Amino acid sequence: MAVAASMAVEERSAQTRMALPSRFGEKAFEWLTLAMALAVVVLVILIGWQLWHGSSLAIRKFGFHFLTTSTWDPVAEQFGALPFIYGTLVSSLIALLIAVPLSIATAAYLTELAPLWIRQPLVSLIEMLAAIPSVILGLWGIFVMIPWLREYPFPLLKRFLGWTPFFTGPIYGPSMLAGGIIIAIMILPIITSFSREILRSVPDLQREAAYALGATRWEATRIAVLSYAKKGLFGAVILGLGRALGETMAVTMVIGNTPQIAASLFQPGYTLASVIANEFTEATTDIYLQALFEIGLVLFGVTILVNLLAQLLLRTITTTSATRAVQ
Amino acid sequence: MDNLTMTTPERTVMEDVDQPAEPPPADESAPACTFRVKNLSIWYGEKRAIDNVTLDIVSNAVSAIIGPSGCGKSTFIRALNRMHELVPKTRVEGTVLLHGEDLYSNDVDPAIVRRRVGMVFQKSNPFPTMSIGENVIVGLRLNGVRDRKFLNERLEKSLRMAALWDEVKDDLHKPGTSLSGGQQQRLCIARALAVEPEVLLMDEPCSALDPIATAKIEELIYELKAKYTIVTVTHNMQQAGRISDYTAFFYLGRLIEFGPTTKIFTNPSERQTEDYITGRFG
Repeated sequence: MAVAASMAVEERSAQTRMALPSRFGEKAFEWLTLAMALAVVVLVILIGWQLWHGSSLAIRKFGFHFLTTSTWDPVAEQFGALPFIYGTLVSSLIALLIAVPLSIATAAYLTELAPLWIRQPLVSLIEMLAAIPSVILGLWGIFVMIPWLREYPFPLLKRFLGWTPFFTGPIYGPSMLAGGIIIAIMILPIITSFSREILRSVPDLQREAAYALGATRWEATRIAVLSYAKKGLFGAVILGLGRALGETMAVTMVIGNTPQIAASLFQPGYTLASVIANEFTEATTDIYLQALFEIGLVLFGVTILVNLLAQLLLRTITTTSATRAVQ
Repeated sequence: MDNLTMTTPERTVMEDVDQPAEPPPADESAPACTFRVKNLSIWYGEKRAIDNVTLDIVSNAVSAIIGPSGCGKSTFIRALNRMHELVPKTRVEGTVLLHGEDLYSNDVDPAIVRRRVGMVFQKSNPFPTMSIGENVIVGLRLNGVRDRKFLNERLEKSLRMAALWDEVKDDLHKPGTSLSGGQQQRLCIARALAVEPEVLLMDEPCSALDPIATAKIEELIYELKAKYTIVTVTHNMQQAGRISDYTAFFYLGRLIEFGPTTKIFTNPSERQTEDYITGRFG
């Protein structure tokens, strides 16, 4: 009897002993993950602050004009970032226009249409494209892509779309368009693999619903898969855009590095990231270095702003469809 | 509907099956058959899911497929509109005749088979990006119907047939996924009915629903059989007994017994059928 009773007590205390540490573990886990999450936020704030701090002199000297003027003259110590902002935005836009349809079509092919045996090799190839170092892609751009573009596609574009302001003027080779194309090649694998994951996560039940109505493969992909995944695909595009805005090496090698704002995409351009990479070694004076820091701050700001705008756009799209639905 | 031309249903005596006691075609001795399945075998890769099944599905009646999990019920019902082909590496032997036409002959487009043989699934699957109304008419849209008036008429008719019209007629613009589970399942039935199929396949249509929603669907099935031939898979013996006119018992990919529900449930000729129905296994 006594033995049994003491065993029961022991058992109960064992249970209570187990209860306490596990609750502690729960708390510890909560705090740990919170700390990790906060660390990311702190990191972003620190980078922003550092950039701000590093460019405070330039900010005070040029003020808002830094963003609205186009002169970039280190000798005269005149710095305006507008052509770089323009170059970054336009080259990224070109990249998205080329890469998004290609990536989403590739992802749809890989998840919906491709025969099983071809899927894995194709996925590996696309991942290999992502693994090519930026500088190698830039070299390829200079020695292979640009001569080819100059020879065939550019003259064709000029012939057929020459009536628009975007494809006029002399064809040099290194140009905004070449920069956009090289960025497109760089973000293609990212958008493709994210899109593929998103399309794969569409429930088969949705596909079955479409097929059971007599949908063809294209119809099922359109009504059941792509529209279901719309939001996720938008997210994949935003991730690609983030990469495009900050892309440096390859684009520096093919965009021509001329700080100007030209409507024609055959004209060379310059991006925020490229000017930092090109000029930080030459920045001997304080104000020059500060101006480059401010370029960094602007790039940081543009990236955040574009992401915020995209989030907002996404929310508007989803809420308008919801309110339209409620009416 | 051009690849598969319509023919008049054959009237034939069903083999191996006693005449139905009372229900459907109350006329002479031979009920019309929508499907005639002959020596059907289906493989997934090396695995044989359906083994030499022969049975006839009677028109304007409810046929229930019962059997323990993994017995091939789902595969069988999906073979009736070639939905099982969505799984890669399937192979089919034997014939499935829909009103006398072989669904598996080379010149038949599976998409057209599926337009003629509608299907409702275990879990309701309305398209979340479409409104209730759009969900119903999406099949017609796929068929290229653009006439607004016709679409609206068919929308109302299908929702009425699915006994959902009164509940949603003011909310046709809301997303299909805003409905309750049972309503969503009836929406899926309306979506299947909108293209006016000849047959309605139901793969455990009530297994994810509560008893009240289940009762509504069962009532609906009873009403729909006036116009449609219905084949349903169910795990629920009572449900099979309540709603079906014919019952097929599958076990390990084989058709063990098929006949009028009253006979299967009261006087089965196979020992395995009796054991399963009385709950001794499965």
